[in-house]
Order: sequence, then C-alpha cells, then structure tokens
Amino acid sequence: MHPAFSVIFLTTLIGVGQGLFLALFTGQLYALANLLPAQTDLFYAQGSMIALMLLIGGLVASVFHLGRPERAWRAATQWRTSWLSREVIVLPAAMLFTAVYGLLHYFGWTQPLFVISQTLPVDATLIVGALGTLATFLLFLCTAMIYASLRFIKAWHSPLTVANFLFLGIASGFMLAAALSAYNSSSLVVFYGTWAVVATLLGAITRGASLYRNSDFRCKISMQSAIGVHHAKLHQKAQGFMGGAFNTREFFHGKSDALLQMLRYGFLLMVFILPVLLILLAYLLESSRLPIAAFLIQYAGLVIERYYFFTEAKHPQNLYYQSMA
Amino acid sequence: MTQLALVIDLNVCVGCHACVTSCKEWNTSGWAGPMTDQRPYGEDPTGTFFNRVQTYEAGVFPHTETYHFPKSCLHCEDPPCVPVCPTGASYKREDNGVVLVDYDKCIGCKYCSWACPYGAREIDEKQRVMKKCTLCIDRITDMSLPESERKPACVLACPTSARLFGDVHDSDSEVSVAIREQGGYALQPEWGTKPANHYLPRRKTRIQIHEDELVRADNPLKKEQLPSLPEGGETLDDVAW
Repeated sequence: MHPAFSVIFLTTLIGVGQGLFLALFTGQLYALANLLPAQTDLFYAQGSMIALMLLIGGLVASVFHLGRPERAWRAATQWRTSWLSREVIVLPAAMLFTAVYGLLHYFGWTQPLFVISQTLPVDATLIVGALGTLATFLLFLCTAMIYASLRFIKAWHSPLTVANFLFLGIASGFMLAAALSAYNSSSLVVFYGTWAVVATLLGAITRGASLYRNSDFRCKISMQSAIGVHHAKLHQKAQGFMGGAFNTREFFHGKSDALLQMLRYGFLLMVFILPVLLILLAYLLESSRLPIAAFLIQYAGLVIERYYFFTEAKHPQNLYYQSMA
Repeated sequence: MTQLALVIDLNVCVGCHACVTSCKEWNTSGWAGPMTDQRPYGEDPTGTFFNRVQTYEAGVFPHTETYHFPKSCLHCEDPPCVPVCPTGASYKREDNGVVLVDYDKCIGCKYCSWACPYGAREIDEKQRVMKKCTLCIDRITDMSLPESERKPACVLACPTSARLFGDVHDSDSEVSVAIREQGGYALQPEWGTKPANHYLPRRKTRIQIHEDELVRADNPLKKEQLPSLPEGGETLDDVAW
C-alpha cells in the first residue's frame, strides 16, 4: 500500500494523546491509593490539554485523507458494520472526556461526591477519567481494527495489529508523560518512565512478532486465480493503459527493498532501543532532559513504524498490475 | 432475488477496447459522470475508468497464448466494500444486486478500495468521491428504452459478443446457461466474496484420435482380400447385399 501521511499522523498523534490521558489517570489512581505523592490539579489540567491537542492534531491530519471532508459527519452513521465509522464516533468521545477531565482539574472541582466504604472518595474527575479510559481503549481497538479487519491484506489481518497500536500508543503516551514530568521537575519521572519502558518492551514483543509473521509473506491468491487461467507460466503484457491509474498509485509504495530495510532497522532502533536506553540513562543520571529526548525520538520512530506498516501490506489487486509492456 | 451480472467470454474477446471506450462515453455523460481525465494529452495521462481490458500471455514463445481480460467491478453477492463504508454511500441494490456508490454521501476516504481485492474502485480526482462500474444502472433500469437496449454500454458495444448480460439467479437466463454449460468461473473464489460476474474460459475443440484409427487395417473392400469371384462374373446375389 502507498503510505498516506495523513493516516500516519492521525494514528501516531492520537496514539500519543490516548497514552498520555491513560498516563494521567493512572497517576491519579496511584495517588488516590497513596502509592504516589498527589499532584497538583494544574499538572492534570496541563497534561489533559496536551492530550487534547494531540487528539485534535490527529483529527486535523485525518481531514487531509478525505476527498470530501465537509461531509465527514456522515461517517458516524454506519457504526453497525464499519470500524472506521466506530472510530469516527469514539474519537470525539475520547476528546470530550479528555477535555472535561482537564477542565474539572483546572477549576478544582475535585470535592468528593460520595465515599465508597469510607475509604474511597469519588469525585467527578474519577468518574470522567474512568469513562475517558474506556473511550481511549475503545479508540485503540477501533483504529487498529480498521486495518486488522481487512481480511484480504494478510499483513494487517491479525490480532497483533491491535496489540501493536495499543502498546505503541501507550508507550509513547507514558513516554510523553515522563517527558512532561521531567520538564516540570516532577517526581513522577521514574513512575512514568518505568511504565513507558514496560509498554515499549511489550510493544517490541508484539511488533517483533508481526514483523516475523510478515517476513515470510505469501499471498493467498496467485495470478492464475486472479484471472482464472491455470497455466504455470503466466505473465502480464498490458494493464489496459500506458499512463498511471488509481490502481497503480494507491496500492504500490514503489520503494526499494534496501530503503525498506533501512526504515525497519531505523524504527526498531528509534521506537524500542534508544528510548529505553535513554530512560535508563535518565534514571541513572537523574537528568531532566533525557526523557524529553526519549519521547521525541520514539515519536519520530513511530512515524517511520507507521510508514513501514503501510509498505508491509500487499494488496491482492496488485496481481492485476504486475507489468506493463 | 435478481442478481444482474456480466459474463465475459475470454474465448471470444479480441481485446479491441470497444467496451472501454463505450463505457467511458456512456457514463461520463450520464448519471455516473463526469469521469474526468487528468493530463489527457500530457506525458503521464490518467483518469477515471470503470472498465479496462488487460492482456496476459500464457506459455513461453513460441508456444504462447494471448488472453485479453476485461476487468470491471464484479458486483459481488457478498461485497466486502459495502460494510466497511463509514457513511453508507456504498450499497448493494436490493432489487437487482448492483453495487453502487451514492456520490452525494461519499466522503472519499478510499477505505472501500482497500477492502476490494479486485481493485474495482477508484477515486475520481475531480469529484473526489469513489467511483466504480454501475452496470449502466441508468440504462438497464430505463423503461423508456426498448428492451433490447436495456443493457450496459459495454455489452452493446462488444463487436464479438464476448459480453453477456443477465440475471445469474435465474437458472434459465442466457448468462446462467452460459456459466453452467461453458465452464463459467469467478475470480479469486478463495475469498468467498461470490462475484456475480463470471468469465468463460478458453475452449478448444479437440478429438482424441490415435494413429491406427486413421489407417483402416481391416478394410473389407480391399481388392486383394476379396473372395475370388465365381466364374461367369458376378451374380445378382453377390451385389444385392
């Protein structure tokens, strides 16, 4: 498939935004359980604002993918059958919960509404945060299933696709939370950094598995089956046109194997190896800059990873466009 | 239920592209149009087409055979492009099974083209919506046309009658008989999309004949083997049976 930068930025940006929201809410839960020192409301408000900006950035990027963005509201109608439609519904929901979560903290509306078992004070941020967490996980599922549900594209049609989107999004979000904590000289750097490393390692396992799965790629369909001529030596002489067509532009990436290999090594280094090393180094040196570098490098790596994700997909329609005489 | 479809006879198709041009001519000026071109006279021309004729070669020279392969939307009975559409612009008509796009609802997200294993859908660069073969829906449902003309433009244009059009669910229709009796097959049947369009394969008429069947070994009329004639020439009994 031809990598679409609009979709690359959509999936990576909302992945970071979702991960950051999960990081904030995880931090709040830990603080509630007295496992972490309580943070100021401003920290949560600032983080939620950044998460919201990332989600909006993703939405803006996705608009460039559409031919008719002015009708995009119609995309919410087919949620019964289309994962894309489900994403279109869940994304604004996640944005709404993120915004409300941030506003509640900003205005300090954190007085307990009621107390469960005389130990757990429940305030509005806890409820909205829980709803936001649900929306965030659903959004990961919807985004990944857009690709994983295409049964003709073998490289995507796997639960590993969902796992990759989930773990890589969470990893980059926690990495950003660590970077923000470091920037604010907060004590949460170690907490977020540790979870970012855990998520990154989980992502390394699932992404590695999907790379291994796709390395021995064989299309289920042959040219013989595509045109129904069962001759062992069959090749194409003409595509029906001498110039280009949508079929030759949308489904071919046209990149050399050498470049793809470089991209693969590049994203493995930038998404998995360097950020983990930088976080470890930051822990040892107690540096406040290295977590920021870790996040930026990982995000750049994720853009490459998503680009590579598109080039991995071999579409069966390409069998009809093998050569031009 | 009716399922309209094309049956394309690869035994007859000569690859003249008349179906391609007549398709473009009819549809660019009709309900499904315009089918715009970009740089039509430039170096890298491109444009919207619902139908293409490709050419394949089987075998190694000199023992080769050329296949002309017209390629358009197959109007699957279980179309994978329809459920993925987020807006409901893609739909399959209940009454005749034709898969269509509502251009007023399509947002041009191209997701349907990713979901079609046949590459039957493309984006129109001008209108920025997805387009595909409509089976000339504006022709075949136009009751003001005489029945003989209520057929897709490509079918009417084909000079060798390689394209048949009809209801593949009606077992007595011309297309059903052709599929049944002449080995009609679907493309990429492995996916279970059940394409309504079928193709008829190349057909050779060969008889199995052995060398000894060409030379008659036991010819009873061979002169040398005839029993010797009775003296006085043949009698009526000798020739009567």
